[in-house]
Amino acid sequence: MDWHIIIAAVIKIVVFVFLVTLPMVAMSVWAERRVSAAIQDRVGPNRVGPFGLLQAVADGIKFLLKEDFTPNHVNKFYFWLAPALTMVPALLTCAVLPFGSQLFGEKMVIADLDVGPLFVFSIASLTVYGIVLAGWSSNSKYSFLGGVRSTSQMISYEISLGLSIVPLIMIYGELNLGRIVQEQAINGWALLPLWGEGLSLKGFILAIPIFISFIIFTTSMFAETNRLPFDLPECETELVAGYHTEYSSMKFALFFLGEYAAMIIGSGLAVTLFLGGWSLPFGWLAPSGIDAEIPWWHGLIHIGTYFAKVIGFILFFIVVRWTLPRFRYDQLMRLGWVFFFEIALFNVVLTAILLAIFK
Amino acid sequence: MAIIVQRPKLKWWEQLYIPALFIGMRVTLGHLVSILSRKTKVTMQYPEEKWDEHLPEHYRGAPALVTDEHDRERCVACQLCEFICPPRAITIKPEEIPGDDKWAKVEKRPRTFDIDMIRCIYCGLCEEVCPEQAIFLRKDYAITGTSRAEMVHDKEKLYQIGGVRVGLVNKWNELK
Amino acid sequence: MSEAKTDLVDVQIDGVWYQFPKGMRMIEACRQAGVEVPHYCYHPKLTSPGNCRMCLVEMGMPPRPAPGAEAPAPDENGHLPISWIPRPVIACANTIGPNMGIRTTGPLTEECRKGVMELLLANHPLDCPICDQAGECSLQEFSVEHGKGESRFREQKVKKPKNVDVGPRVRLDDERCIMCSRCIRFTDEIADDPVLGFTDRGSHTVLTVYPGRELANNYSLNTVDICPVGALTSNDFRFQMRVWFMRETNTIDTNCATGCNITVFARENKIYRITPRQNNDVNSDWMPDSHRLNFHWIESEARLTEPLVKDGDHHRIAGWHEAIATAGDKLSALDGSEIAVIASARMTNEELLMVKRLVKHLKVGHVDTVARVGEADGYLISADRNPNTNGVKLVLGLDDPGSQIEAIKLGIEQGRIKAVIALQENLVDDAGFSAELLGKLDFLLSTYPLANATADASDVVLPGACWAEKSGTMINATGRLQRLNKVVDAPGETLESWEIIRDLVQVTGGGNGIYAVSDLFKQLAAEVSEFKGLTWGQIGDLGLPLIETGVTIPALDREKQRIASGLIVG
Repeated sequence: MDWHIIIAAVIKIVVFVFLVTLPMVAMSVWAERRVSAAIQDRVGPNRVGPFGLLQAVADGIKFLLKEDFTPNHVNKFYFWLAPALTMVPALLTCAVLPFGSQLFGEKMVIADLDVGPLFVFSIASLTVYGIVLAGWSSNSKYSFLGGVRSTSQMISYEISLGLSIVPLIMIYGELNLGRIVQEQAINGWALLPLWGEGLSLKGFILAIPIFISFIIFTTSMFAETNRLPFDLPECETELVAGYHTEYSSMKFALFFLGEYAAMIIGSGLAVTLFLGGWSLPFGWLAPSGIDAEIPWWHGLIHIGTYFAKVIGFILFFIVVRWTLPRFRYDQLMRLGWVFFFEIALFNVVLTAILLAIFK
Repeated sequence: MAIIVQRPKLKWWEQLYIPALFIGMRVTLGHLVSILSRKTKVTMQYPEEKWDEHLPEHYRGAPALVTDEHDRERCVACQLCEFICPPRAITIKPEEIPGDDKWAKVEKRPRTFDIDMIRCIYCGLCEEVCPEQAIFLRKDYAITGTSRAEMVHDKEKLYQIGGVRVGLVNKWNELK
Repeated sequence: MSEAKTDLVDVQIDGVWYQFPKGMRMIEACRQAGVEVPHYCYHPKLTSPGNCRMCLVEMGMPPRPAPGAEAPAPDENGHLPISWIPRPVIACANTIGPNMGIRTTGPLTEECRKGVMELLLANHPLDCPICDQAGECSLQEFSVEHGKGESRFREQKVKKPKNVDVGPRVRLDDERCIMCSRCIRFTDEIADDPVLGFTDRGSHTVLTVYPGRELANNYSLNTVDICPVGALTSNDFRFQMRVWFMRETNTIDTNCATGCNITVFARENKIYRITPRQNNDVNSDWMPDSHRLNFHWIESEARLTEPLVKDGDHHRIAGWHEAIATAGDKLSALDGSEIAVIASARMTNEELLMVKRLVKHLKVGHVDTVARVGEADGYLISADRNPNTNGVKLVLGLDDPGSQIEAIKLGIEQGRIKAVIALQENLVDDAGFSAELLGKLDFLLSTYPLANATADASDVVLPGACWAEKSGTMINATGRLQRLNKVVDAPGETLESWEIIRDLVQVTGGGNGIYAVSDLFKQLAAEVSEFKGLTWGQIGDLGLPLIETGVTIPALDREKQRIASGLIVG
């Protein structure tokens, strides 16, 4: 056994998942509250720590200390299982996201799988089990309706989500996320083919299907993460709190964290696929190849770039949430099945034709 | 009666919703920017900043009992406020004023007068219904306590909050 | 019936023709026609002086033709045209005649009522906030319905005595008095204690009690009931609770065999006052003060609230389960002839039926109730101070209740009786059992609302509900079946007697499926011949005659005479 690989993997897991992603979840809750407050001419949490930054810590302590209440009428086993089933898949998908190029010769990805996007989709679709179990085992009508809504919504949007990245995979001919990013670093981001080989007629023409993909992917991501304008599983005005109505304390916190974790992973995936991941624009500091040696400070800059992009995307998520009203349920289903599904299919065909022309 | 809502005819690019998204974001981000650049200020940082000097005349704070300039407790325990109180916050136990009291001719006064400030909704109906001008809503709004019992204002506390009010109708004058 | 019909006369009230017996008061005719004529001084059980002038109505008779002129022709229904008299008459003291017309609305009567109200209020102190009558005050009601809404009186109001003690139980406020004289007439005509009267004249008239006397008779609080304003108030109820807060429950008085019909006013499980309720076959409109005020003990400190079991020489709190089980063990071990049951004639028929079950089940050898005999007062109070002696005779089947008590005492003395079950009776204070005698018993079980000497001597003490805390039926001295209704919830763990006895029967091996007191009434209706076919709802608020006892109530006899002589309406 090569201890070196295991130790490196453990360090990457601990640092990336537990020291970066989870605090980011907490901070994005704080950011959400501050941004929404500013949008609504309020102040937001500003009491705990400087600018209220420690609010997330206070919230965490509160969640830990609150009474962990299990109602009498619930199905205990599934009731306890559901929060874990929501949180775990969300964090699992972190494994394949390349959050940097390399540092001291080590690739900045936990598992350098050759089927990255497929792994993400397969694991992320497990989240729906957590939600449907929560809704069903709570044995309450609001939870049940929330669970049912969530299930149908996630199933509907998973299809267009999957189809939307097919053109991208066709263009890159690659399923390894690390190599996709490397390709983008040298030859222009998928959405911004402004340098390298991307700066050509082929690059500009192929940007059209990629743009369509991006729109479908982002919108479906909103739906997958149950956020406004697609937060029908929770919608307070109709379902109290949807599938987690009966949950309290840390079990509720797990749902909460799972939702935000899904948002961060979604942002990471979008950044990786469409916005060049850890790469800087115009090929600056781009490594010449996937295994090329680079100085350590390049690696650090790449990690920083990646997280800057993710944070920007999260802010976009937040602003959208506080801008758009909620869709009606039939509109949501119509949008998913009648428009996105067809457009995504058409987009695959279009890409194939374009690729055949620009061989 | 059915009202038929005229839905606007959307152009094809409007139906994409994407322009609407950016128009919406212009509004929300506009607010975001103006609040971050401190151009607008709406919220008040409560415990540090207070609005006390701007409270309007009709502000409805904690209800309290008053005495008048003749040092008479104005409440005669008619219990109309107890009756009108929507959340049933008021409990009064009346008693007879002993014959040797200066105001024995008023005959009746509250033995206990409790207002449960956890229940009180500051509606002001007690003040409105009072036939004796004895109960008024003061401007005290920060009514807090560390126990339920502490949140029940008894007669003594109510008179302490209410204090003396001058210039009220002196119904129980020497002619009565 | 046909004979009575010949006396009917046609009367037109507010444009509609009715038929009423000739000689009826106009106000009663209007009431029966569904038209309420406002009034203060008129009371159907008292004579009508006609001094408040509130009941003024417009009246008309057929025109009397001038000599030689033709008499007016009747219409197709036989009614003559009415020529209205241009001035009003009082409806309370005038009687109806053939083809009479009465108008209770219209500008004339409305103006009259407005004027009367304004004058009544001219000197009224308007101290409703401190007046106990507020909320049930005719002055308030008619002021809203018929008054002007404002006063033109700008001068100084007349000062009169306030807060006057006219008797031990009644307080007088002369400023509120509207000189209706109802109280004067009541003390004179009903209570035969004419101590009240008017002195001075004009707007200085005051109601006073005769010098050196006071309004102290046992019916004085009825003056408070009939006072239409707050001039007379009850010392006991004074400033206790506003009337609009209280829930009214119709039930009966249990202080004597008359069983006066009463209304109990309670708020949040506390009884504040009791007033008589009209029942012309039992108590007319009145009730004695002694009975009316005998309810404060219900809230007494001495109330038993939990079952107690004797442990050595002191009692400890036990649950119902343990207390009943203890009693069951003791009773099962004894022969029926060694047990005596002393029930109470204060129990309802339903509870007595359960006592009968217990006696039958345990084959009890000695059964009796405690007799309470006082003095009849010649009005409403019966000599028999138990409310349900007739029920004991009928349901429990005792011919002479109270006659066996001495035999039971002797039995205990001789050691033949080893256990006594005292149900709702205080043996030491009310039946002459000495604590020493009770000490000879192997087992004494007692149920009672209050702690007392008997409870002290008992091995098992069970809290039994009092009259205000249970429902049931009782039979009064005249043989009338009347309903007792639950007013307040019993304190603590207290149970109704029938529940206690049911549990006792059950724990000693007898079974029954009784869960509600209404089930017991059904069994009563099935088992006791006099109750045959009766239902709970049939009894109603006023009760119904069940058996013939030959007993009459003196106050009612006199009332009937006064009605027959035309003094009062009744």
